[in-house]
Amino acid sequence: MRTRMWKLSLYLFIVGFILNMLGIVSHVVVSSFAKRWFGGLLPPAYTTDWFAYAWKNFDLGQVLGVTLLIVVVVVFLALAIGFPAAYILARRNFRFKSVILLLYFLPLVIPQMTYGIPLATTLYRYGVGGSVVGVILAVLVPMVPLAVFVLMPFFEQISVNLEWSGSMLGASRAQIFRRILFPLMVPGILTAGVLVLVNTISNFELAFLLGGGGSQTLVVALFYNMFAGGVRPVYSIDAMAVIYMVMVMTLLLIALRFVRPTQMVFKLDK
Amino acid sequence: MRAVANDEKSEFDALAFFCLLPSLLYVLCMFVYPFLYGVYLSLQPQKVSGFSFANYLTFFSDPYQYGTIWITFSLAIPTTIVVLLLALWLAYGMRRGIFMERTVTTILIMPISLGVILLSEGILGFYGSQGWFNQVLLGLGLIKEPFILTHNYAGVMLALFMQQFPFCFLMLLGYISGIDPSLERSARMLGATPSIVFRRVMLPLIAPGLAIAFALVFVMSFAVFPSAIMLGQPAGTTRTISIAAYQKAFEQYDMSAASAIAVVMGLCQLAALLVIILFRRRLSPAATMGVGKR
Repeated sequence: MRTRMWKLSLYLFIVGFILNMLGIVSHVVVSSFAKRWFGGLLPPAYTTDWFAYAWKNFDLGQVLGVTLLIVVVVVFLALAIGFPAAYILARRNFRFKSVILLLYFLPLVIPQMTYGIPLATTLYRYGVGGSVVGVILAVLVPMVPLAVFVLMPFFEQISVNLEWSGSMLGASRAQIFRRILFPLMVPGILTAGVLVLVNTISNFELAFLLGGGGSQTLVVALFYNMFAGGVRPVYSIDAMAVIYMVMVMTLLLIALRFVRPTQMVFKLDK
Repeated sequence: MRAVANDEKSEFDALAFFCLLPSLLYVLCMFVYPFLYGVYLSLQPQKVSGFSFANYLTFFSDPYQYGTIWITFSLAIPTTIVVLLLALWLAYGMRRGIFMERTVTTILIMPISLGVILLSEGILGFYGSQGWFNQVLLGLGLIKEPFILTHNYAGVMLALFMQQFPFCFLMLLGYISGIDPSLERSARMLGATPSIVFRRVMLPLIAPGLAIAFALVFVMSFAVFPSAIMLGQPAGTTRTISIAAYQKAFEQYDMSAASAIAVVMGLCQLAALLVIILFRRRLSPAATMGVGKR
């Protein structure tokens, strides 16, 4: 009886949390389609005008272009830098390996706001702050380690024997990488790419600290327009939020084809 | 961390060096160097030439500034405790799987991937005084006055909870479902009640994971920034330490003082981590992990 009550309370809590999430998300969606909405369960009249308004007034074409550029470059660079490092860290043993692993772990556990301020100071000093390059450089700081840690277990699953056989049959290092490891790593690369993608699009702190006038990503633009609240109709801001949400949710659905939900957070192993 | 055994030969050659070089350079130039530069800069105040602790002295003599430490702790500690207890309860209950687990976990990770900005905008609408939450409660006659859950302390707590709970829950779920189920079964067979199994068998095994989860959630909550602005009173009760650092850097353009505040923020997080690490040493080491469901 007591176990049953306990199970029931668990389910009630889950249902409550899900209802709360759905409420939060659908409130934004409903508001973006409302002509006006003061109190009342649902708005009295609906319109799609706010999307056109948001597109024009928030310069969304440009913002989306910048976001896309940043995301593509970050994903590519994070994979390019992370791939060889993950290979070595998965295959070799050497002194200071644990130090390197700890070093790569830090940008993931230290809050971005903590290291973002010194990082922004440094990048502004070298004149790349407030530009697309600055945002890319900053966002890569947590994304390179993320790519490394996601790719490592995939390398560990590939048997070393395959590499040995390859080199015995006369393949060079480059050939082993290109013809053996790379094809076998495709699932790993997709997983890491998708995780870096989702995390880059929704990254706020670093993109906010480094982004200037022409280099705001979608989230940062969303924040500035909300913060300037009162100037813009709230429905148009919600319309922008819906555009962002559709983008993230699409990516999330794609991501979940490659990734288990628990892979989106740290593993608590030793 | 495990030291490499002495007789094991080091496999560090030219290939390893060149493969590691790009990422290592990146982390050193973009993470370690800015950190050191920040510490150095914080010791060189704008108005004084040479090294001085003036930035830190100013910070700790102005209640408007050093008060942010207390404000941030008073937001982060209660949130962390609530998140940890609820996540432990839920993850423990779900350790052997539940109905529609994949759907449930997918919905749970939604707040993580949607990001804090969208979450805050949604909370502003949904939990606002005109929002559905208050309308439903008022309509059911459960409350007479709407709950004021936005633009105050409660709003920031709410946003932090939504952000941190899924994160903490999924971490603990992975950890707890990795504990060998036969331990629990043996205890039950020997006559232990479920509550004794939890207290005497499972909790000691979960404790190390719980300690890390506590540290991670606390450190993340301590840096709360956008939700403290959007859902709180950034000039008053929820002026957290990251807001103070941001204002110094980007509103007063005093990078030196901003670095000093960032250093103080980092030290507070470090202090909390050290407490957890020292505490963790006294806990029993995790035995028999990685046998159960993954």
